[in-house]
Amino acid sequence: MTATEAAPAAHKQAKVPASDRAVAENRLGLKLVAPAVVLMLLVTAWPMLQALYLSLFRYRLTAPDDKEFIGLENYVTALSDSLFWKDMLNTLIIMVVTVAVELVIGFAFAMVMHRVIFARGVIRTSILIPYGIITVVSAFAWQFAFSLNNGFVNSWFHWLPWIGENTNWYGDHWHAMFAIMVSEIWKTTPFMALLLLAGLAQVSDDMLEAAKVDGATWTQRLFKVILPNMRAAIMVAVLFRAMDAFRIFDNIFIMTRGAQDTESSSFLTYRQVVEQFQLGMGSALSVLLFLSVLVLAFGIVKLFKVDLASARGEG
Amino acid sequence: MKSKMGIGHWIGFVLIMVWCLLPVAWIISLSLKPEAEVSAGSPQFLPKDATFANYKKIFDDSDFTRALINSFGIAIIATVLSVLLATIAAYAIARLEFKGKKIVLSIALAIAMFPVVALVGPLFDMWRTFHLFNTWPGLIIPYMSFTLPLAIWTLSAFFREIPWEMEQAAQVDGATSWQAFRKVIVPLAAPGVFTAAILTFFFAWNEFVLAISLTSTTDSRTVPAQMSYFVGPDPFNPPFSLLATASVIVTIPVLIIVLLFQRKIVAGLTSGAVKG
Repeated sequence: MTATEAAPAAHKQAKVPASDRAVAENRLGLKLVAPAVVLMLLVTAWPMLQALYLSLFRYRLTAPDDKEFIGLENYVTALSDSLFWKDMLNTLIIMVVTVAVELVIGFAFAMVMHRVIFARGVIRTSILIPYGIITVVSAFAWQFAFSLNNGFVNSWFHWLPWIGENTNWYGDHWHAMFAIMVSEIWKTTPFMALLLLAGLAQVSDDMLEAAKVDGATWTQRLFKVILPNMRAAIMVAVLFRAMDAFRIFDNIFIMTRGAQDTESSSFLTYRQVVEQFQLGMGSALSVLLFLSVLVLAFGIVKLFKVDLASARGEG
Repeated sequence: MKSKMGIGHWIGFVLIMVWCLLPVAWIISLSLKPEAEVSAGSPQFLPKDATFANYKKIFDDSDFTRALINSFGIAIIATVLSVLLATIAAYAIARLEFKGKKIVLSIALAIAMFPVVALVGPLFDMWRTFHLFNTWPGLIIPYMSFTLPLAIWTLSAFFREIPWEMEQAAQVDGATSWQAFRKVIVPLAAPGVFTAAILTFFFAWNEFVLAISLTSTTDSRTVPAQMSYFVGPDPFNPPFSLLATASVIVTIPVLIIVLLFQRKIVAGLTSGAVKG
């Protein structure tokens, strides 16, 4: 009889704090995620705080004794320098153009992959090659392709009005930017296409069939049925690719080394730290880069109302 | 279903193949051109006298072979450790109720978008203090941090689909808990873990910013970094055909992985971001 009396009592107790089981589960959960979280923060949050601190100093690695507190002077210098804004503009141009082009080509690829009924393995393998290839290799391949003496681009496309046999793709700003963007687009379109393909698979065939029966044209079906229904997938793809394109570095480093004013914000930061040993100024640029990414990500999420949780299918 | 394959899809199919494979064919062709042919200028796509001389030369270059060893070692160690930690974390996220689950996923997402270059300065400074500059662990540690987000997202999406009740069912049927885990759960979880490992390996194999910033000699320089130093005696006339050869060689592991596991890679790439 004591057992039946004890049970409601225990039940009452459980309501006030969490049950022992829930407490234990909570503790175990935290323990299991701790190593991964600590490691992730160790290499990002801690150095970022370090950068915040260093950015307030005039500090050059080659002259460590001259380290001097100068407050926000590095930020003022960076923000009032036209180079900072020119590189930021380059980065934004690359980001907007590549993401827009990739969205169109990636969607076309996804449509084809969605419908193709033979050789699915072949097509999937092919599209994963640019995705898996090293960015440095892609940069070299395209650098050589656009090369004046050894590239095939001029000899294949000289019939186009704006390309001649002797077009020097690294001779001026826009040609060089074009070459860089081609490499970036080639390498990352597959990622976009695969994310869009997954979104396309969620558009129900019944709905498309119904639209067809109701007499909707192909364009109407595309804009009124397909695109609205894969909105979440498109937004996630745009967000991920935009943030990735904003960090562009490898392609520029290999293809032009920043010549013809093709430097990106990442490249500028790298150059200050690694080539000029300006740790103070470099740290200030790192902080500014980090803030730009934060603002951009926040802007994209708010502007396009990206809902990552619902895109993953959870509440 | 055949009626859905119009002429447009055929053209699309061909275009996709050309788009994906042309640059690969280009570097292979370039790697077969003799050095003399390239330095004289050879704008045609295919080599005039194909030769494997470049391959022999590049494998005789001890800097390159050393970089290849560094690349394999660093990428494999980072992959194993990262996937191990991510598996434990993703198990907790998928199966246990605990506070801060959302925060962990948010941190992972934030780090996936983090501008890696912003870390170069402070890490450069810290790694010299801790004597990690120009060492394998000096690259392995940041590679783990940057691959954990992808691995955690992919694995927690996979693990959520596993019917965990089967573990208890096996125990009811008389299996020990170890047997239930090994015979029931491991086979179900393995494909997800494997997929996460492939994506992690790709990242580490591809990484360039940290590889050139946190190394100074061939002791720890990986292939992408080594290739950017591969200028040759005349900086205005880089050894195109040798660079193309190196490019082909580092692409071979990627090709093999893609050929063997294309289905898994696609599943992994899309499961993390969009419910498939």
